[in-house]
Amino acid sequence: MKLLALIALILFACAAAADDAVPTGADPVTNKRAVQLGEKLRCLVCQNQSIEESNAELAVDLRRQIREMIAQGRSDANIIDFMVQRYGDFVLYQPPFKAATLLLWFGPVLLFAAGLAVLAYNVRRRRAQRDEQPLTAAQQKQAERLLAAGSERERQ
Amino acid sequence: MTRFLVPLAIFIVLVAFLAVGLGLNPREVPSPLINKPAPAFLLPQLHQPDKTFSQQDMKGKVWLLNVWASWCVSCREEHPLLVELARTNVVPVYGLNYKDKPEDALAWLRQFGDPYVLSITDRDGRVGIDYGVYGVPETFVIDKQGAVRYKQIGPVTPAALKDKILPLVKELQS
Repeated sequence: MKLLALIALILFACAAAADDAVPTGADPVTNKRAVQLGEKLRCLVCQNQSIEESNAELAVDLRRQIREMIAQGRSDANIIDFMVQRYGDFVLYQPPFKAATLLLWFGPVLLFAAGLAVLAYNVRRRRAQRDEQPLTAAQQKQAERLLAAGSERERQ
Repeated sequence: MTRFLVPLAIFIVLVAFLAVGLGLNPREVPSPLINKPAPAFLLPQLHQPDKTFSQQDMKGKVWLLNVWASWCVSCREEHPLLVELARTNVVPVYGLNYKDKPEDALAWLRQFGDPYVLSITDRDGRVGIDYGVYGVPETFVIDKQGAVRYKQIGPVTPAALKDKILPLVKELQS
């Protein structure tokens, strides 16, 4: 019974904590958009969290800013632009595609291609080593002699 | 021989990249505002709340905008340097009091000295957002045309002042 009470207590505590996180006074559509936008943006204070996750004051302010801009009828792209103009591309979890980020986007593909090239080179070299020139008549005879001697020894 | 040289070379390149990466400070995010017009604001002054101040008022002058707050620990670190800088009259320093209570801010200035020509109050941090402020203190160097030319993230250090800010101010003033 005590255990049950404890579990209930913990659950209630969680529910109470969850209440705090619910944004106030907004319709579900706005909320969903705000959350989606917040998840795309990096919090610059605690850099491994999105604006949606972070409890840093700046993140709180930026969440408010996003909601206000949605209320003003601004588009998602417009809100993202607003953030990029102020905090730079760094706020975006998904980096934009442009000249400065080409290496970032194509780096993995380039590395993979380089790996494939090395692999192909090695495979071809090994194959070339294996497919050697056919033996000359003298070598053929020598090989037969050696093999025959070997099998004779085995028989003994 | 090349069998070993090639992996060794790759390893050395990798180590070099990682070593450089270790030396970088991930908290210093380059500001997209550099060489762009300083964002517009019109805010009440800290000492005289009935008066306002705008970046427009500084057209034709080179000036520093220092973002500070009484709750900000690193601000105390840079503060003596700013007080000293203000005394030399090389460049006017204006304060943006960021997300602070005016009474706390005023008490703080009384305690540590006031290097600012004037401070403006950004209570809810909206102007801070326009300036891309994410770690107080921050200091902007703004030129005669009203463009941001440099941003110091974190406290102004003696080295940053001597090697970057003051030379830049001199160049912009001439």
